[in-house]
Amino acid sequence: MNWEFIEKYLPMYREAAVLTVVIGSIGIAFAILIGLICAMVLYHKVPVAKHIVNGYVELSRNTPLLAQLFFLYYGFPKIGINLNAELCGVAGLAFLGGSYMSEAFRSGLEAVDKIQEESALSLGMTKYQVMKYVVLPEAISISIPAFIANIIFLLKETSVFSAISLMDLMFTAKDLIGLYYKTTESLFLLVIFYLLIILPVSVIGSLVERRLRYAGFGN
Amino acid sequence: MTELLQIENLTKKFDNQVILDGINLSIQKGEVLVLVGSSGCGKSTLLRCINGLEEIQNGTVKLEGKEVKYGDKNLPLIRQKIGMVFQSYELFPHLNVIDNLMLAPMKVQKRNKEEERKEAIELLRTVGLEEKAEQFPRQLSGGQKQRVAILRTLLMHPDILLFDEVTAALDPEMVREVLDVMLNLAKQGRTMIIVTHEMQFAKAVADRIVFIDDGKIAEEATPEQFFEQPKTERAKQFLNVFSFEKIKVNGI
Repeated sequence: MNWEFIEKYLPMYREAAVLTVVIGSIGIAFAILIGLICAMVLYHKVPVAKHIVNGYVELSRNTPLLAQLFFLYYGFPKIGINLNAELCGVAGLAFLGGSYMSEAFRSGLEAVDKIQEESALSLGMTKYQVMKYVVLPEAISISIPAFIANIIFLLKETSVFSAISLMDLMFTAKDLIGLYYKTTESLFLLVIFYLLIILPVSVIGSLVERRLRYAGFGN
Repeated sequence: MTELLQIENLTKKFDNQVILDGINLSIQKGEVLVLVGSSGCGKSTLLRCINGLEEIQNGTVKLEGKEVKYGDKNLPLIRQKIGMVFQSYELFPHLNVIDNLMLAPMKVQKRNKEEERKEAIELLRTVGLEEKAEQFPRQLSGGQKQRVAILRTLLMHPDILLFDEVTAALDPEMVREVLDVMLNLAKQGRTMIIVTHEMQFAKAVADRIVFIDDGKIAEEATPEQFFEQPKTERAKQFLNVFSFEKIKVNGI
């Protein structure tokens, strides 16, 4: 292991990690938003819209992120839409993640008992209030484990960004291997940096899950 | 006494199956009505219709002249006057006891938070649960949960209370603590409709017993009449199920 090499290229990895985290978080934030909207559409069986959402979910879940990114990066300019690599990364992640988040959230909504809704209605709440104060909070709590699993999955998926020349962690590692043949050091740094990003999410995730288990779930 | 709730010719069907068949019933203010009948006779469905939780095919339910109608936009307003307690408690699992109690008064009736909290704590004290205020539903026993659920409807200051087999899911030793709360409410002069299988309790609490059989009111009587001298053959059969006196012990 060449420690001098590691020291020298550490800042480069740090920069790449920031890019991974920034694009990852923005993409995931949009994915959550899309997921919430789609889940609501499916839960309320909104006519027409539910078919569109179903089509989107199938398309998004059954095609690889790499293909989706190529579509955005190389395909869209052909119809006059030019997105830079960063935007493509965010859009691709949101497109992929939206469907996974939607499924996680929908199962949470469906796990809330109908009679919970009825008891809230019987207290004089409107349907909107029932959704806001009773069904939604319960559904979100139920879907948190799936949410966190999805976030970790999406963070890992960012590694294909290198294919559209985004200078993320994977890109940096490949670049350095190509330039200096320092495979061991480059891959070592790659693994360390991915762990630094994803491990805290995992740890926080299991803490939140445990808290939910002990702070009032399971009627 | 004034008439509070009026049910006229109520008919409820699931698909083509008739669950309730032309029910006519009215309840006076301050009256305690107990609905009895075998499982599946429609008594729980009747309660749900009174709260507008079921779409009905014919007839009307009126609370002080205002119609309780499934899907109507005024329904949330009328429902505030009709408290309902469910067999499975249905406390909100993500809220602690005090927030369970205060959610609807705060959000629906926009009442003052401080006064509301005071009233909630006071109510908890009357049933001996004031130290549970900050606990979550899963930390409570079934009987405690059901008492909280009753208080939750009381805090909305309803005109009438509906109880749907509220002790059916409880362990035997917890049944009493819930029934005592209900007996107290009856003593306070609350208007109540109770669906129960606890016949001793029905006898003690009811002003009037309504026996439902096959979606129809088969018999209406005072508890004394109903339990001592039921008029219909069906009611006699039904009551025999609860009696152990006439069981023949063969060869033991």
